[in-house]
Amino acid sequence: MSHSFWSLVFGRLDFDSLDFLKAFFHPDLNDVIVSGASWVVILGAVVTAALLTWFRLWGPLWSKWLISVDHKRIGVMYIVLALIMLARGVLEGVVMRAQQADGLHGGFVSADHFAQLFSTHGTIMIFFMAMPFLTGLINIVVPLQIGARDVSFPMLNSLSLGLTVSGAMLVMISLVIGDFSTGGWTAYPPYTEPDFQPGAGVDYWIWAVTLAGLGSTLTGINFVVTILKERAPGMTLLRMPIFTWNALCTSLLLVFAMPPLTVAGLMLAADRYLGFHFFTNTLGGNMMNYANLFWQFGHPEVYILILPAFGVYGEVIATFSGKRLYGYVTLVIATMAIGFLSFGVWLHHFFTMGQDADVNAVFGIATMLIGIPTGVKVYDWMATMFRGRIRFSVPMVYALAFMVLFVLGGLTGILLANPTVDFQVHNTLFLVAHFHNMLIPGTLFGMLAGYTYWFPKVFGFRLNDRWGYIAAFSWIIGYFLAFMPLYAVGLMGMTRRTVSYTNSAFEPWFLVAGAGAFFVTVALVTLCVQLYVSIRDRELTRDIGGDPWNARTLEWATPSPVPAYNFPVMPHIHALDAFAVAKEAGFGYQEPTSYSDIHLPGNTWAGVIAAVFGTALGFGLVWHMWWLAWLSLAVLAVSLIARALLGDRHPVKIPATEVRRQYRAWLEKVRAVTPVTRALEWDHRNCGVAATEYFEEAAE
Amino acid sequence: MEQSLLSSNPSVRSCFCLAGIVEAKSAGCGSISCVKSAKLRIMGSGPKRRTMRLQFSRRSLRLLLAGSVVLLTGCSDKNQSFLTPDGPVSALEHYHMWLITLITLIVVAPVVVGVPLLAWRYRYGNTRARYAPNWDFSTALEWPMWLVPVAIVAVLSVYLWIYTHELDPYRSIAADKPPLRVQVVGLDWKWLFIYPDYHIATVGEMAFPQDRPVSMELTTDTVMQSFMIPALGGQIYAMPGMVTRLNLEADRTGEFEGMNTQYNGDGFHAQHFQAVAITPQDFDSWVKTVQHNGAALNPTSYGILARSSTPAEVHNQFGDAAMPKDITFFNDVASRLFAGIVMRYHGDRAVSPAEEPGTVAYNAKLASK
Ligand code: HEM
Ligand SMILES: [Cu+2]
Repeated sequence: MSHSFWSLVFGRLDFDSLDFLKAFFHPDLNDVIVSGASWVVILGAVVTAALLTWFRLWGPLWSKWLISVDHKRIGVMYIVLALIMLARGVLEGVVMRAQQADGLHGGFVSADHFAQLFSTHGTIMIFFMAMPFLTGLINIVVPLQIGARDVSFPMLNSLSLGLTVSGAMLVMISLVIGDFSTGGWTAYPPYTEPDFQPGAGVDYWIWAVTLAGLGSTLTGINFVVTILKERAPGMTLLRMPIFTWNALCTSLLLVFAMPPLTVAGLMLAADRYLGFHFFTNTLGGNMMNYANLFWQFGHPEVYILILPAFGVYGEVIATFSGKRLYGYVTLVIATMAIGFLSFGVWLHHFFTMGQDADVNAVFGIATMLIGIPTGVKVYDWMATMFRGRIRFSVPMVYALAFMVLFVLGGLTGILLANPTVDFQVHNTLFLVAHFHNMLIPGTLFGMLAGYTYWFPKVFGFRLNDRWGYIAAFSWIIGYFLAFMPLYAVGLMGMTRRTVSYTNSAFEPWFLVAGAGAFFVTVALVTLCVQLYVSIRDRELTRDIGGDPWNARTLEWATPSPVPAYNFPVMPHIHALDAFAVAKEAGFGYQEPTSYSDIHLPGNTWAGVIAAVFGTALGFGLVWHMWWLAWLSLAVLAVSLIARALLGDRHPVKIPATEVRRQYRAWLEKVRAVTPVTRALEWDHRNCGVAATEYFEEAAE
Repeated sequence: MEQSLLSSNPSVRSCFCLAGIVEAKSAGCGSISCVKSAKLRIMGSGPKRRTMRLQFSRRSLRLLLAGSVVLLTGCSDKNQSFLTPDGPVSALEHYHMWLITLITLIVVAPVVVGVPLLAWRYRYGNTRARYAPNWDFSTALEWPMWLVPVAIVAVLSVYLWIYTHELDPYRSIAADKPPLRVQVVGLDWKWLFIYPDYHIATVGEMAFPQDRPVSMELTTDTVMQSFMIPALGGQIYAMPGMVTRLNLEADRTGEFEGMNTQYNGDGFHAQHFQAVAITPQDFDSWVKTVQHNGAALNPTSYGILARSSTPAEVHNQFGDAAMPKDITFFNDVASRLFAGIVMRYHGDRAVSPAEEPGTVAYNAKLASK
């Protein structure tokens, strides 16, 4: 076979790119780790496929999930993706912690391997763990909270998921074929220009992030429209639950913040593929433009990551304090203020780029301004707890840990907002400690709280509490041990992205951080155990009534699991916390006076096509297999245009009689259930119907 | 320096990045003098006044923080860091950091303390505590909730404005002696320090007299890097084809760790150097030593120096027994070396990868020779 034929078919892919073979040819430790990781991916895929075949699950997987446009199923698929990527991201973080614990004058991981680890870890955690997780929760919860049948554009929703999955697939494939970028999650040029990084790594980063970024933009559009247009009658903006408000703000940020990233990525791609010189050293290229574009995305992005978590905490704290949320309007104003301000502060990511002191000072002050609404939010949550009846259920444990730890991150955030201090701690582990302080107690705990909180709504049974507590406390202890020491070593001058060091004073701190990584690993394992135990014992935690937490918002008025059409008839909303008000008045489980036929959108292949051909497009581009790239692009374009022309050809109609039958059957079951007080919240007697307990104000 | 560089080269008008920086900074000069005159009214001006305030603040804070500093720096011999500042810039940055921390604690501490207290007091089992499920707003509470953070941020903003200007890395440090000029070139995995007034250059060590400001101009001849000597002051990016500035000073003699903080490849973790503050007499003799014992830095040797290598590897290549371990001295340095490196990226034609340090092609070319 001639060389040119090979490269026509396989582009620049060659034998050396196959990571899973490396251990056999160069058996040194790093190659063994790389090969091992790729074997895990390969075997994981094979075992999953085998299990699906064995249990004959391909059919249901396809028809019930992959081609479904049901927002709840799409949400679940997002979260499954997020959990898988969380596992990989955490393990990479743990390997880096282990390396640095051993890193005085050396360690066991090579410099290049370490660089790939922090780059994949950062990219995965942001784009393929946190983003899918919050998108999944928004998908599941928002339509239920606003009383909608589905999102405004169900097919588009499936497409967004497909694009996100294709980005994640590229990152997973990079573990098996070729290397990933070493440019960090930010991929700053000129380091990532082809003259410096000619390999496939940066291209993997570009296409993974671009595909996922497109998916996120479309999600943003979808949910802005959904929230503004699909609300049930009576659900005025100021009756929307606080999570939905946060989701609205997040979606707006997605719409306006993702495009700069896509543009920056495509400009970098133009440099790399077409010989442009946007960010090169020569011919007038200037990396400062990349820094500006990237952070015009990057700063709003941190609010995209945190606002949904804020929304979860708002619901969780109100519910588990048995109280109305304090300062609802204040919280709404604070949320929108944060969203607005978040577009005006991006320069704080490069105070050190040499601009004038006036400019730095203005951006520094603008950054500190965001601290005001954020602080007010925390106080509002505290006021929500005030004079409540607080149950320390698992989501509430996350929320309490969040409040205490998050304000410490706020403190270091204020420090970083001051150019004088930033000059010293920028690019050090102090910064790494700060953003993990926001991302773990903030985003990750919020997502895990939401996962625990809404799990019964989606699957009809609660997660196991005991394992939930073990996981939560392992996360909290692990976070604390793994990241508090980094503040110290950062102040002592330890730079980020640094494989090893020569200052022996760092070592004790890194050993403590290593111990923290151990607890984090335990937390990850316990999450898996929790899921297994919960599924095994699901009959003990059945959520028949659909309201296991005595919660306040509309989604808890539906059966668990929620039927595809969400609500038997469109609810009419008369108040904030509509369900709590109804329960209080004794109208919690009313039968509607009349039913009508329900029309639902038909299934679509859009998501699957986007996932498969998006991956193929990215793969073709990464390896310069031009035929594959063109072919995939053509398939994507043709199928999308065809779908647009043909429209939804298989809409589903559910007759009114069927809706009535199902709803009545559920009401029957609810009446048979004994309502429980909150003292029995974790008990197997809690079947999802809440007893009226103390709805009158108790005096001192 | 940049001005002369600009006027001496006609092609520079087309390169907006360098010109942009120069312009931005000259605009900045005006504002700095504004702040200075404002300071006249607020707290007097001039270096003397600043030192007084600094000493006061450092004394009062030192007691408070002694414990934490000891804890953080441990028993290491290499404890020069931001936590033990040894120059006016880092000292003020350090002071500002703790000042912000203390002020911000006013809004942070109530949460750290209050959340556990609230959670315990209003726990489900405590039926003695009052329960007000429908209480969801209080104007009396709303005022402090907003106004306290607003006040804190207002106070912090005033300090931020003042110190950001005072600690502008471009601002020269007031002193009776003229600053020592050092031109810093970032190369892959080492910094090259050029002393234009002495025609010498070093790698792995940057020596300068104590109590005399050092005025640095920085660029790179590869990807972006960031230059920092934590014990003396904060960092500044160094970028190809552009010049940034940094002004530092050491209060005492000593060795301070310096580094690149911006990841730039496999040897990144080795891109450290010693910043050495010595007496003026020692500095003069150090300069003589370098002038006599250095390797010649001509285009050929620069070409080899510029390839990706750590300071130790540079020493193995160019060093000899007269130079300290991992440190390399160069002499006969052309006075336009730094300007030439900056301007190279502003030509009308592209710098080919084989001529661009840090690229794969550049390293390969030298390896094959
Ligand atoms: C759960 C345990 C985690 C551990 C043990 C961990 C550990 C680490 C480590 C060791 C680094 C490299 C620090 C360095 O530059 O030297 C890192 C970087 C990073 N981590 Fe994590 N991390 C964790 C969770 C997360 C989460 C939840 C997120 C985001 C949602 C996240 C986002 C990032 C990002 C963005 C970077 C920067 C990557 C870069 O330098 O480009 N991490 N993490
Ligand atoms: Cu930011």
